[in-house]
Amino acid sequence: MKHLLSAADLTRAEAVHVLDTAAEMAATQSREIKKLPTLRGRTVVNLFFEDSTRTRISFETAAKRLSADVINFSAKGSSVSKGESLKDTALTLQAMGADAVVVRHQASGAPHLLARAGWLDAAVVNAGDGTHQHPTQALLDAFTLRRHLAGDPALGATSGVGADLDGLHVAIVGDVLHSRVARSNVALLTTLGAHVTLVAPPTLVPVGVETWPCEVSYDLDATLADGKPDAVMMLRVQRERMSSAGGGFFPSPLEYSRAYGLDARRLAVLPEHTIVMHPGPMNRGLEISAEAADSPRAVIVEQVANGVAVRMAVLYLLLTGQHDPQSARVPTTTTTHRTEEAHA
Amino acid sequence: MSHAPTSTQAASYLLRGVRPLGGERADVLLRDGVIARIEPQLPEAEVPQDAVVVDGADRVALPGLVDLHTHLREPGREDTETIESGTRAAAVGGFTAVHAMANTTPVADTAGVVEQVWRIGRDAGWVDVHPVGAVSVGLAGEQLAELGAMAQSAARVRVFSDDGKCVWDPVLMRRALEYVKAFDGVIAQHAQEPRLTEGAQMNEGIVSAELGLAGWPAVAEEAIIARDVLLAEHVGSRLHVCHLSTAGSVEIIRWAKGRGIDVTAEVTPHHLVLTDEEARGYDPTFKVNPPLRTQADVDAVREGLADGTIDIVATDHAPHAREDKDCEWAAAAFGMTGLETALSVVQATMVDTGRLTWADVARVMSANPARIGRIDTGELAQGRPFAVGEPANVVLVDPAARRVVDGRAQETASANTPFAGRELPGRVVATFLRGRPTVLDGAPVRDVATVGGAR
Ligand SMILES: [Zn+2]
Repeated sequence: MKHLLSAADLTRAEAVHVLDTAAEMAATQSREIKKLPTLRGRTVVNLFFEDSTRTRISFETAAKRLSADVINFSAKGSSVSKGESLKDTALTLQAMGADAVVVRHQASGAPHLLARAGWLDAAVVNAGDGTHQHPTQALLDAFTLRRHLAGDPALGATSGVGADLDGLHVAIVGDVLHSRVARSNVALLTTLGAHVTLVAPPTLVPVGVETWPCEVSYDLDATLADGKPDAVMMLRVQRERMSSAGGGFFPSPLEYSRAYGLDARRLAVLPEHTIVMHPGPMNRGLEISAEAADSPRAVIVEQVANGVAVRMAVLYLLLTGQHDPQSARVPTTTTTHRTEEAHA
Repeated sequence: MSHAPTSTQAASYLLRGVRPLGGERADVLLRDGVIARIEPQLPEAEVPQDAVVVDGADRVALPGLVDLHTHLREPGREDTETIESGTRAAAVGGFTAVHAMANTTPVADTAGVVEQVWRIGRDAGWVDVHPVGAVSVGLAGEQLAELGAMAQSAARVRVFSDDGKCVWDPVLMRRALEYVKAFDGVIAQHAQEPRLTEGAQMNEGIVSAELGLAGWPAVAEEAIIARDVLLAEHVGSRLHVCHLSTAGSVEIIRWAKGRGIDVTAEVTPHHLVLTDEEARGYDPTFKVNPPLRTQADVDAVREGLADGTIDIVATDHAPHAREDKDCEWAAAAFGMTGLETALSVVQATMVDTGRLTWADVARVMSANPARIGRIDTGELAQGRPFAVGEPANVVLVDPAARRVVDGRAQETASANTPFAGRELPGRVVATFLRGRPTVLDGAPVRDVATVGGAR
């Protein structure tokens, strides 16, 4: 694993190894001094063609906690069109000696191009490409799920270490068609043994979904009542999608909320242990009501914190080559720091 | 243009031991621009003194190929192809005539532009260039272009198309179909319902769902074809469907022909062999319009071509600049080159698999396209039978050869071939345009006077 391009590229063992590494990273984050020397002297570039302050900050924090040098390269506006091409940008980063490039791009497949076109040697981390993939989001979701549902939350960061998501039922609700979060999670959560049900109006489910390893439902109430999901993940829905220019995917925000929004009434139907997730940013009142978003079941803020730990793990594993599940435990202090040579 | 083949008096050429249409061995004499003799063995005494002998070595001799769908990019994008480079590529691919699509800059929507393209093509001398006229002014789909003026120009345009764009307005389509009846023209439709394909990037299906690329559904093609065959029936006009790509489209054409509707259909080489699985690497070389479809569609278009539902193979040769393919899939241009690989792909998918004979290949790549384009009669007739007295438009193919495609080594000025690095069967050894060699030993002949001791 030189790059992280798609959640579908991870085997179960590899995914569990990333989550376990993230758990160790998370454990270090409760210390007074959070910074590890692990990636000192390495350069991580955040290459963002699309605005996403939260994702960029998460990666930036992760890289800095590992002592990497961070360069933020915002190419917003040079969108999918002419202007400085992705190729020229890549050649520039190569010249700057980037060790890892974290790329967010509105075009599906742009990280694949960066990884495979031969323009640069750096490890490429997909931080969200078009409507395709957002693998670190799926990893942080899996991490959060495991911590709450496959371990003992009282154990804190190390809860669920070594475990997968076998037997869990996760409902993913909302705009599946345009969601890289949904695609990534379907791939990763099922790889980890979970059972996934996608819930959406038929207009927001892609043609071709029948080959995905999950179920599809158009009925949120039935899924919550009969499926008794262990987790409900609400996807962001863009209001523009209802206009004719936006594709006319649903008649009105009100109708959408009535059929697919998570509100207090639906919250009450859920089993007691069920958690509520959202990748953010939320449209309160559209896909999720304030009661649901602020309820004790909601782990939305924790997802953000887990994002840093997961991204630390990904950067660490890619840049030190310690991604083999059989490899030794993560060095989290200077004294146990292993070099790449020692590993090889 | 000093590098163009000269129009020096053509010598005679004796193609010794070739297999016309893949049949029995024969000696074929090309003289004075026509096929002068076809005999099992031409006696030495009857071989003209000036004749250049080409050892046929059991190669297949076909009538020169005719492409009904070529983008030559001139005027406007001479950085990607010129009429000279594109027609040279055509000759090397075995073609003796091409129809140059109208989506140039300026658009070929006036007699002036089509005559310019026609003249440059004639001066280049590699193949006959027949400009396609735009259906609507500027390809805008609003107002009919001066179809009559283009038909009556020196270019004698008979094929009209807004290719690249669909004539989506049903009234405009109806008027165009009706109007061209006055001069036996045909409307070649790029069937793509625009609203169903806004932002579309690839075939809508299993692969697009995974890749997160906006889908181009089969129904967007089929709905337009269904509408157009009904319109053609209603007004009694001739319709040609460009680059049909789906199993459903084949069914609609089959149904229409069964009803007696005057419709013809084409398939591209790439739709005969490549599927949407190619998109998985996000390599925009495989981005084309209409998009690569599924294996079931590939099977259906092969079957349609074999049973005559699909009349012709046309390349949709679409050269693009490197920067328009060296980028994100969504930012990349649609299209792939095809002139120099078309015959090989047809051999691989249709001949070597037993679906078509070489005589059938002559039908779908020469006779039928020439007839649809109405260039099968007159002084510069193309797509004629392989027979004595017919124009000596001949291509010699070595079906036993195999070659690995290298985009940079091709004659076309652009390298966006989807077959780069792949091995394909068959090689064009020689091409003759009215008795004059444009290709010998697989290479373009830049000056006929220097060839093999002629003169
Ligand atoms: Zn077209």
